[in-house]
Amino acid sequence: MSVQDHMQRDETRDIARRKAAMAVLAHAAAAEIRACLEGVALPAYEKLREAESGLVMVRGRVGGDGAPFNLGEATVSRAAVRLATGEVGFGYALGRDSEKALMIALCDALVQSSELAEVVEDRVIAPLRAALTADRQQQAARTAATKVDFYTMVRGEG
Amino acid sequence: MTTIAELPAGFADKVLSAQTTFRSVMEAMARPGSVQRVIASVGTPPHLMRGTAAIALTLFDHDTPVWLDPLLAETTEVKKWLKFHSGAPVVTDSSIASFALVSEGDMLPELDRFAFGSSEYPDRSTTVILQVDSLARGAQYELSGPGIDGHAILQASFKPNDLFERLAINAALFPRGIDVVLVADDAIVAIPRTTRCVGYGG
Amino acid sequence: MYVAVKGGERAIENAHRLLAHERRGDKDVPEVTLPQISEQMALAVDRVMSEGSLYDRELAALAIKQARGDMIEAIFLVRAFRATLPRFGATEPVDTGRMAVQRRISATFKDIPGGQILGPTFDYTHRLLDPQLAEGFVPEEPKNAVAAAAVSDGAMPRVTDILRQDGLIESSPQAEADQVVGDLTREPLSFPADRDLRLQNLARADEGFLLALGYSTQRGYGRNHPFVGEIRFGEVEVEFFAEDTGFAVPLGSIELTECQMVNQFKGSATEAPCFTRGYGLAFGQSERKSMSMALVDRALRARELCEEVRAPAQDEEFVMSHSDNVQATGFVEHLKLPHYVDFQSELGLLRKLRKEFAQAAGEVELREAAE
Repeated sequence: MSVQDHMQRDETRDIARRKAAMAVLAHAAAAEIRACLEGVALPAYEKLREAESGLVMVRGRVGGDGAPFNLGEATVSRAAVRLATGEVGFGYALGRDSEKALMIALCDALVQSSELAEVVEDRVIAPLRAALTADRQQQAARTAATKVDFYTMVRGEG
Repeated sequence: MTTIAELPAGFADKVLSAQTTFRSVMEAMARPGSVQRVIASVGTPPHLMRGTAAIALTLFDHDTPVWLDPLLAETTEVKKWLKFHSGAPVVTDSSIASFALVSEGDMLPELDRFAFGSSEYPDRSTTVILQVDSLARGAQYELSGPGIDGHAILQASFKPNDLFERLAINAALFPRGIDVVLVADDAIVAIPRTTRCVGYGG
Repeated sequence: MYVAVKGGERAIENAHRLLAHERRGDKDVPEVTLPQISEQMALAVDRVMSEGSLYDRELAALAIKQARGDMIEAIFLVRAFRATLPRFGATEPVDTGRMAVQRRISATFKDIPGGQILGPTFDYTHRLLDPQLAEGFVPEEPKNAVAAAAVSDGAMPRVTDILRQDGLIESSPQAEADQVVGDLTREPLSFPADRDLRLQNLARADEGFLLALGYSTQRGYGRNHPFVGEIRFGEVEVEFFAEDTGFAVPLGSIELTECQMVNQFKGSATEAPCFTRGYGLAFGQSERKSMSMALVDRALRARELCEEVRAPAQDEEFVMSHSDNVQATGFVEHLKLPHYVDFQSELGLLRKLRKEFAQAAGEVELREAAE
């Protein structure tokens, strides 16, 4: 593999890591993220984009797998920060919670920093991911209980 | 290469700045020829005056295609700044642009390259934001039309010299046409399509 | 013609005070909270989000409270609020194939991969009012069962894909390269409208209107032999390609209900007959809405499928011009605005006609008397 290929693969992996972290954070409640962040010593940072709320148009697909169409809008908050060490983090989440978007931006920046990536993974992302997984498993178990277990009645029996 | 971290800032106070700038542009349009001031504090990328930057952040958004003159189109910082702060799509086809940013009068193309709007939707025209040398000194232009009580004198120094001759097409096109906002640093003057230049004094 | 009238300022102020008072109702009764509405009237919130065309549970709950439960008034409030927020862009199209399913049924096949999953549904209740729910009822804990991978991974295959494998059902239309997705919130509707605009219109349409139209197709006004191929409800992840980051960022999940209708087969000289489809998609657990939407979607494809347009549900202009309840109520309720001058001229005309009628009757009487 050439140097470029290696760099590209690293970049893809970095993006995947950031996306995974963002997904966990987006699904968490602001209060939970805040509680986790209390255990992290935050470096100095500046706000590149003051947290703001807006809309995104949610798109569906015709037939579920065909051409896109506009279904309806959803509220979204977003923010951007830059750590004193230079990493730029972006926070996006459904809803109108500016603080949540800011915290996600901070975490995204931390995830990219070589010093703090591990800390934020241990103290914030991992616990939130575990809670999210547990919730989803609970939901799946309850749903599974409503699955129909068909049995055929044989005519003329009994 | 400019990263997002190094881009000039947008509005210091988004809500109030957008509101005051909108008010200034609205007043300028309502009283053509009158000089309004943009008071908002705003970052400026290269080649853009403060008034232009403020107007861009107030009026441009995801749905307003913007045409840039050749100099601005080549300046990546300007394009990045617009994209990050306003989300406006930058287009090369001037005929579909909602706004045109012209940093310098020499680069103003023939007006028929822009959109005039349609009879049903005359508002779907291109609004030209034109940066000029001065809106306080220079030749005297006598203006009349809706929003002007009798006549108004605009004292200004700008290029192209034949701007008002070019804008004369608005008379025949109405309700379609081109609206222009002149910007000199933080001063703005609007020349909507209904305004006519009826006199000139050096 | 509308008349500008003055003098109602004080009356209006007092009317608003009275409205706020009535809205609160008996002060001894506890105030209803937004979480109460969102949790315990969830389906009302789902409807307001759907037709208000804005996914935000808290806002919808607030609108319902402010509108005193008048759903169309609440939808109006949500639509108005939408106009105050800037749009950042459009999401990546959601993948309902990866939905974390909470309910999934099919009326076309008994045994389907992943199974028939009932979820929380009214379908099998006996529709008897339950006095126990009046107060203090604590529901039992739901039962748990081992979840099959399909349910917890969110990868549940579509029933329509089973039919498609054998070429028995049409495929979904794909987008051309660089095709712009129609948006009726940006461009005024003109007819004929493409499928993407039709679906957007139906997604925000009044549930009652669509329900009636869907029902009409079943009664023969544009019958298209529908079967529910699949209905699924659950959470779907949403992603947004942010220019800043350069990749699609996850925004979280939303609840969606999707309905695939399997309809009347259609063939041509060059193509073998196969089942056609209708599609419905709605915010929240909105089954009736998604089913009605799918029925009307199929009916509106009459032109595309070379069917004769005979019934109201097949008439694109009729359906799409009247489906938006905010638009509809705007025009209907505008009749309350003063039309005094208009009416005076009507009165004047009526009196003139009555006078002419009386005179003519008088002349006839005189003539008859003379004879």
